[in-house]
Amino acid sequence: MPELSYGEAVNAALHRLMEELPETLVYGEDVALPGGVFGVTRGLRKRYGDRVFDTPISESAILGSAVGAAMFGRRPIVEIMWADFSLVALDQIVNQAANVRYVSGGRLRAPLTIRTQQGNAPGACAQHSQCLEALFLHVPGLRVCMPSTPQDAYDLLVTAVHADDPVLVVENRTLYFGPKEPVTTDGPVRPMGGARTRRTGSDVTLVTWGAMTHRVLAAAEALARDGVEAEVLETPWLNPFDTEAVIESARRTRRLAVVHEANVTGGFGAEVVARVAGAGVALAAPPIRIGAPDVRMPAAPVLAQALIPDAARIIEDVKGLIAGAR
Amino acid sequence: MSERRLADLLAMWRIRAFEEKVRDLRAEGTIVGSVHLCVGQEAVPVGACDALEPHDALFATYRGHGWALARGVPAQALFAELAGRASGVNGGRGGSAYFTAAEYGFHGENSIVGAGAPIACGAALAGRHDGSNRVAVSVFGDGAMNQGAVHEAMNFAAAFCLPVVFVCENNRYSELTPIADMVRNQRLADRAAAYGMPGHRVDGNDVEAVRFHVRDALEAAREGGGPTLLECMTERLVGHYIGDAETYRQPGELERIARREPIARLREGLLADGVPAADLDAVERGARAEMASAAERALAAPLADPATAREHLYA
Repeated sequence: MPELSYGEAVNAALHRLMEELPETLVYGEDVALPGGVFGVTRGLRKRYGDRVFDTPISESAILGSAVGAAMFGRRPIVEIMWADFSLVALDQIVNQAANVRYVSGGRLRAPLTIRTQQGNAPGACAQHSQCLEALFLHVPGLRVCMPSTPQDAYDLLVTAVHADDPVLVVENRTLYFGPKEPVTTDGPVRPMGGARTRRTGSDVTLVTWGAMTHRVLAAAEALARDGVEAEVLETPWLNPFDTEAVIESARRTRRLAVVHEANVTGGFGAEVVARVAGAGVALAAPPIRIGAPDVRMPAAPVLAQALIPDAARIIEDVKGLIAGAR
Repeated sequence: MSERRLADLLAMWRIRAFEEKVRDLRAEGTIVGSVHLCVGQEAVPVGACDALEPHDALFATYRGHGWALARGVPAQALFAELAGRASGVNGGRGGSAYFTAAEYGFHGENSIVGAGAPIACGAALAGRHDGSNRVAVSVFGDGAMNQGAVHEAMNFAAAFCLPVVFVCENNRYSELTPIADMVRNQRLADRAAAYGMPGHRVDGNDVEAVRFHVRDALEAAREGGGPTLLECMTERLVGHYIGDAETYRQPGELERIARREPIARLREGLLADGVPAADLDAVERGARAEMASAAERALAAPLADPATAREHLYA
């Protein structure tokens, strides 16, 4: 079992997919000869030739051609270098890719995988820091996942590319060069969906995804030292979303906090809370959402840090949730 | 020679008769929603589709009824789609402006101006890897020439020498606004040079001219020559959509352009060649009878079943 960082796990998955699915193509800005700005696509061009290529800086052309190639039997894996850049070509994702299967009554399909990365890293400006998952989750027809570990970075991408629907795999660049972990690289293609219980607990359910998972786990460990046992449920697949797992956990702990890096208003945390409320789960305290406040993201690290939830803020908010219990 | 021209006349009359029937059905409320007719522009799809192979991929716009018919999609299934019938080409999911019939090499209209151009590049790209030697044809209007996606697609196709034929139907109006007011250089075909591909302005009301240029472009694409831009000059004799008050038309404009429209022109040519008027009238009658009957049969079919409205979202 190789020890891989998150970025290396993505690379390993791409190599596997190119081997086992001859219809795959990998392309995007700087992915072929340079091997990607984060080195994630390194070595692919050399091994797979013109199935891997660099494109003009043209997100509409990248995404639109992926839709067309997918309609004609290819399985393109395209990279949008920063999630923020998907916005210049949102039409191809929302109006085009998401409609292909539905409008054709299933006779056409668009099995493309969009790899992108998002989130705040020190010094990133407001156009390189946004967390946009809620935007894509509002679009029926798109699958969306956000891995946080090397194993999931590998597994989710393999699953996404094998899927016959358009899938967005939203990575996080703060994780690419993280610690290496043993990664099973020859396992079966896993089904979409499912939650990961990263920590068990009985006092509160913390639902989270993406890079925030690591902060939530750190917060949960600290809370335990203060006598609060938090259950941490990571939901790497946001569509399909494992609502049942969240409801089941919330029913047991009777307290719910959803933690995401994205800003709160209209975030997917609202949807999670609504689903739990709609299921009639009797909670001991009103559920809370922990996310960035509704502001733009500043470049200066000290300013950005003041906005994005860290372990300290999660601890504080969860303690407030517990204290407010009646 | 006159045999092919008679076939062209019939193909164009089929489109016009279809469109006029659609106009009537829209007026009576049998068809609802946005409908964009191509009356006056029939020579472009007829000339272009005649040159296509079955495995070629055609991407049209919301003004796409004529392209679908020219590509061989049955009129009855199109009427059914426009009227929300279960038997429509997309079971009522596409409608007038966004239907698709891939089994006929018609890979869809598009309701987003210019959005089909990058998708066509993908169809061509797939052909490079599946060995099909497929050419993709991307059709759009003059207005779409000012869309970023079209520029990206043209550069993408040119940079990678993809077999794509870009067909701009220049009907001189970007929806309700003259293209002349929206660009400085009105010869849109000139833009091809900027991408390093051939660009030609074609008389889009002359079915033979369209056929010649499209065939040429297809041949170049199949032989590895990459993309071509064809600017087909034409005019629509109707509004942008059904209900368009056409306040932007100049006095006498419709009468002027009616003298250049492709069906009347071809008819005059055939008459001059000695084809009896009765034969030409029979072509028109035949097309109208076919479309009346296709519409009647389409409308006899049941409406799309509401129980299916959620189907086919995911695999």
